[in-house]
Amino acid sequence: MQIPVDGFMYPNEIELQWSVLIVLYPFLTGLVAGAFILASLERVFRVEEVKPTYRLALLTALAFLLVAPLPLQLHLGHPERSFEMYLTPHRSSAMAMFGFVYLWYLMAVLLLEIWLDYRKDIVVMARANSGWKKRLYRVLALGSDNISEAALAVDNHAGWIVTVVGIPSAFLLHGYVGFIFGSVKANPWWSTPLMPVVFLFSAIVSGIAAVMLLYMFTGSRRHRLDTRCVDTIARYLFYAFIIDFSLEMLDLIHRIYEADESFRSLDFMVHSRLYTSHVVIQILCGTVLPIGLLALTQVLHLSEKVRLRTYAVAGVLTLIGIFAMRWNVVIGGQLFSKSFLGYTTYKMGFATREGLLTAIVLVLMPLGILWGLIKLLPPWSDDESLPV
Amino acid sequence: MKDSEHLIRLAAVFAGGLLFFVVIRSFFVPSSFGLYGHYRADAIKDVAALQVVHAGHEACEGCHSDVADLKNKGKHAHVNCEACHGPQGQHANDPMSVKPPLPDPAKLCVTCHEANAAKPRSFPQIVAKDHAGDVACNTCHVPHNPRIGDAPAPAHSEVKK
Repeated sequence: MQIPVDGFMYPNEIELQWSVLIVLYPFLTGLVAGAFILASLERVFRVEEVKPTYRLALLTALAFLLVAPLPLQLHLGHPERSFEMYLTPHRSSAMAMFGFVYLWYLMAVLLLEIWLDYRKDIVVMARANSGWKKRLYRVLALGSDNISEAALAVDNHAGWIVTVVGIPSAFLLHGYVGFIFGSVKANPWWSTPLMPVVFLFSAIVSGIAAVMLLYMFTGSRRHRLDTRCVDTIARYLFYAFIIDFSLEMLDLIHRIYEADESFRSLDFMVHSRLYTSHVVIQILCGTVLPIGLLALTQVLHLSEKVRLRTYAVAGVLTLIGIFAMRWNVVIGGQLFSKSFLGYTTYKMGFATREGLLTAIVLVLMPLGILWGLIKLLPPWSDDESLPV
Repeated sequence: MKDSEHLIRLAAVFAGGLLFFVVIRSFFVPSSFGLYGHYRADAIKDVAALQVVHAGHEACEGCHSDVADLKNKGKHAHVNCEACHGPQGQHANDPMSVKPPLPDPAKLCVTCHEANAAKPRSFPQIVAKDHAGDVACNTCHVPHNPRIGDAPAPAHSEVKK
């Protein structure tokens, strides 16, 4: 397959090594970190309005976290090596250490917090069901049947500690993903100490948007949507988005003012090959427009119906914008030559191991897992929210 | 204590998992791992046992001294034989049975000499299409001593049709 190249590329730069799957990886982990941070708003910071989304946010984080390493596995093509990474850890390899960050976050934070929060429900469901369901819930409860006031108080206290530990862990998980790119000093498109911070805030934004959309979807399907809750989430999304946008602009201004030897090459790339995905999709449609829409909901007195629709549009645009941001970082960082004399093209396959179809399946897979988790561990009781 | 019993069960599950990992690790990590560095030391023996594919230019020059003399007078003196002819270990071991194919100059010469902005200006480079059209490089140049006039005209057998 001939790859169109403009100007000069070194031979090993012509074909992109990191595909759309590596775009998906920070996108999926970002949703995990963002969803968890939204959940922690209620648990640690006592934002009561977002309580109806607490459990949904935790299950969303788990569903996406389970799928997050799959793009990497498919990209590497050697799943057994991820196991070897645990057996013989190499501390000088940032990528190898991801396994430990991931395992810590999955086992010591997310599963633990979900288990502590759901324990009462699990025990109740074990008592109420029979057959294989009863056995399943008994196993999930680790054979314990104690849901006395004192035992639940212990759970609550332990859960609070796990969340407090979880917040820096979520920051570590996604800050780390930014670090993977930001620490590549040979690539001027990536190499900035701001990268972990920008990734972190964009993760928070995408996670909040995803949980808001999922809550709106599930809430409207159940005819039990707490508008006050959606209003609060949208407000937090607006605040987080402003911080995220400010950081990205700070990075941009810094690059423009610094104008190092790579600047002309990168500037040309942004105005040519990356124009649609960076300027149009990421900045205009995926950032300015949703911030504008969210700002309107804060300033104008809109009816509930219009407000909810505006949130939905803003949420979808936000997710598209954050995905475009990941795309522009990962793919954009490989389109220009390190000689600054040429540009290559990314050719995405369709039904290949790293193709579009695989990417679509990987995006849909967490939603399928979430559906299963919701069936197994229902995140709501029917009296918790007000009917619309 | 009774009300924290489920947490003790949880801790037991984690401890069990950790123990399982330690047992698995003892089975899967090769015994020679870490002897010299962060790799399996026995891998060195495995690599050493692999068949050598390159013969080295001394082996070539032992038989092809005429070509070596011609090459050593020209600009390609520092280019190793196998850089163009490929690994010839098998040919050196059994010269009569294993006959290496002649390289195709249409592909080979431009690998180094096609004009490219990243190459030093002093390096001889051409735009092959402008320079010779479809004429093969070795019609005019002797690959082993390519400067025209420095070597006898290309032998018929060396010109790839």
